[in-house]
Amino acid sequence: MATWQQPEHDGEDRPPTPRSAACPRGITVVPNGPVLIEGPVEVAMPDGTTARSERVVVAVCTCLRSRRLPWCDTSHRARPRRTSARGE
Amino acid sequence: MTRGARTAVTDGDAPTGPHRPPALPTARGPVSKAVLDVLRQAPGSGVPPIGQAPDPWGEDAQLALYLCYELHYRDLPGVDAGWEWDPQLLALRARLEEAFLAALRTAVGDPGSVDLAMDAVLHPARGGPKGPSALLVERPDVERFREYVVHRSVFQLKEADPQALLIPRLAGRAKAAVVAVEFDEFGAGRAERVHARLYADLMRGLGLDDGCNAYLDRVPAPMLAVVNAMSLFGWHRRLRGMAAGHFAALEAGSSPGAARLADALALLGIDDPACTVFFTEHVEADAVHEQLMRREVLGGLLEDEPGAAADIAFGIRVSTLLDDRFGAHVREAWAAGRSSLRGGPLASLAAR
Repeated sequence: MATWQQPEHDGEDRPPTPRSAACPRGITVVPNGPVLIEGPVEVAMPDGTTARSERVVVAVCTCLRSRRLPWCDTSHRARPRRTSARGE
Repeated sequence: MTRGARTAVTDGDAPTGPHRPPALPTARGPVSKAVLDVLRQAPGSGVPPIGQAPDPWGEDAQLALYLCYELHYRDLPGVDAGWEWDPQLLALRARLEEAFLAALRTAVGDPGSVDLAMDAVLHPARGGPKGPSALLVERPDVERFREYVVHRSVFQLKEADPQALLIPRLAGRAKAAVVAVEFDEFGAGRAERVHARLYADLMRGLGLDDGCNAYLDRVPAPMLAVVNAMSLFGWHRRLRGMAAGHFAALEAGSSPGAARLADALALLGIDDPACTVFFTEHVEADAVHEQLMRREVLGGLLEDEPGAAADIAFGIRVSTLLDDRFGAHVREAWAAGRSSLRGGPLASLAAR
């Protein structure tokens, strides 16, 4: 289960070093939750814009209920068949 | 001192500010008076016996405990920093801590499993009493919003400091993940992104004094208990399971509340980034932190120390309990048309 790993650091902050086969980028799929990806992350959005996050770990929404897409805002916690996705 | 670079807008009620010498708070009973009296002396000059320990939930005990802990975090005005490790003061603190922990145990009862305790944080019962953030969305009011910000300042201006005490007490993936969360809390290498700094920006944006403990006299026991519990768990290695559980609950509960407070600001027509960023940052950051805290910190700690489960569950329950008690305090005051702060309403933003 412990799929999140500290990436190797070569002293360069940006742009991120391409991962080698020896140090693949760790991605964790949270059941009924976001996908956790080692940051920084750039997400190409359908409208042509790019969302960027520089966190060590980034949570990308998969339920599409987030009000801050592409990032998780914990809206997945809302039970199914609820009409409001705003908070709890 | 770095905050002095920008001029603080000082609230009329605040006892401190750049041009006024800061003062120690006012005592709230015999024990806090005894602590304040000794802090004005030189360390080692003795601490009088306090007799019977005061009500652990009361104003007197909570302020006394807060002052004892504050010595670990920062200077108190006019107080010799040597008091931090004064054996007699530590002995007094230990009595207050013992009573507080016993009161928490009684109030929590059987904490149940870690999963059940966390589920209560993630899926609070519907139709339950509303907390301050929900009340502020329901009825946006800038003066109530400022009150809420003043309450929280006793923690938020040192946000993540009590939790940093967990780091040396964990190992392996629990340690690595708690450091990752704290790195984010402390701005990921950027001073202007430190969450405590974002809170100071928010306070100034709302015309409040961002000085540490500027409003301590105003903050009542239910809020002091929230921050004292973090310090209690943080300053005792044996309570590390409670500290980890409490921190996980804090992060897991924070995103929805931050989203509601961002909504409340929007409803109030406040779009100054100095005010909004603290909340929008927490919606996103704490969604990540929740996952790291639950999966890696709690998961890692339970793997290393299966016996920590009861303490972790207790820490989670304490977080919920103290949030609920604070929420009830604010709700009751507002429902009665009163200020939820000690000493009545703040000088209004409009009057300034």
